[in-house]
Amino acid sequence: MMLEARDLACERGDLRLFSGLEFALSAGELLWVRGANGSGKTSLLRLVAGLSRPAAGSIHWRGEDIRALAEEYARELLFIGHSNAVKDEFSAEENLAVSLDLAGRRSSAAERAAALEQLGLAARARLPARYLSQGQKRRVALARLCLAADVPLWILDEPFAALDARALDTVVGLVDAHLARGGAAILTTHQEVTIAARARFSIALGD
Amino acid sequence: MLAGLKAIVARDLRLSMRRRGDVLNHLVFFVIVVTLFPLGVGAEPNLLRAMAPGILWVAALLAAMLSLQRLFAADFADGTLEQMLISAQPLGVIVVGKMIAHWMMSGLPLTLLAPVLGVQFDLPQAALATLVLSLAIGTPVLSLIGGVGAALTLGVRGGGVLLALLVLPLYVPVLIFGAGAVAEVSGGMSAAPHLSLLGAFLAISCAVAPWATCAALRVAYD
Repeated sequence: MMLEARDLACERGDLRLFSGLEFALSAGELLWVRGANGSGKTSLLRLVAGLSRPAAGSIHWRGEDIRALAEEYARELLFIGHSNAVKDEFSAEENLAVSLDLAGRRSSAAERAAALEQLGLAARARLPARYLSQGQKRRVALARLCLAADVPLWILDEPFAALDARALDTVVGLVDAHLARGGAAILTTHQEVTIAARARFSIALGD
Repeated sequence: MLAGLKAIVARDLRLSMRRRGDVLNHLVFFVIVVTLFPLGVGAEPNLLRAMAPGILWVAALLAAMLSLQRLFAADFADGTLEQMLISAQPLGVIVVGKMIAHWMMSGLPLTLLAPVLGVQFDLPQAALATLVLSLAIGTPVLSLIGGVGAALTLGVRGGGVLLALLVLPLYVPVLIFGAGAVAEVSGGMSAAPHLSLLGAFLAISCAVAPWATCAALRVAYD
């Protein structure tokens, strides 16, 4: 058991988004969070990433509360949220280098170039990100996935939004490979994609 | 940990160099504010010499404050701050790195520019040296305390004015002892007591400000 949520509740202002939510995720498993807009998908992902505190309940990583683990948990985790964390002033290459630095991962220029090429950004790697389209910026953020083979838990919030068909296939392939390696993943998406996970759960929020 | 700190400082400095306009703007603001005073109060050398320390320090304070909003706002808007909160580095290291970079792009250039403007007020040599020294000790305090304010006003509507209201009262001791040190030297006395107190403020804010900033950032996301 890698990740376990116990009796989780989340509130936004006075609104209770969900309560009594429980799930457990083991190696090679995928958790698909479904629900209408505003049902609390992003809030759940932020709770699991440790960005916000649950109104009730707790989240455990390999048996220990993620609050107590702090950076130790952060090192085991890759979170790509709604916002891309891509700086307009930096090139795609620099953006990738900075985000890997923050994640505490050393990377060589060759590795970064390969990652950007895999997402079809090779020709634009040196261009300031302000000249990139929305989908291309998303791809810059997702390029981290190519260099996160050793990170066991991936949390992806709408990773496929704004991607074209080819990039979508690439990202699905990356998630597939991650699960096959024995990683775990949590994601939200409104698109229908097929991911070959050993076990696939889905939670439907707002029902 | 030191490598992480260096990476953050380098990143923020590189970012500032790409937005050179922002950095230059508040330096130009500093020069203009200082220059307005002789125009407003008249070119009476003795009066200007007496007012110079206060004018230079107030202008430096305002210029440093103008640049505070940039400290976290851009990273907050594009989601980078989110990644920093769940980074492999402790948040404290990131916050300290950002404050150091902020000082290098606001306090340090102000400190280097101040003696040139001091000459405009006919400050004696010894007073100019003290001015540089007091700014060198005092401006890091502005970045440190300002960081707490910037973190607290993150995502708040009209955050700019609120930030000023929050931070300016806390800048008062720095202003008093910073300007006081220069005035003492102009009056032929030793600046040591004032500078020691400034140093004490720096030590206290080094210890408290990063910690308070981390707490404020976590609250902003909770």
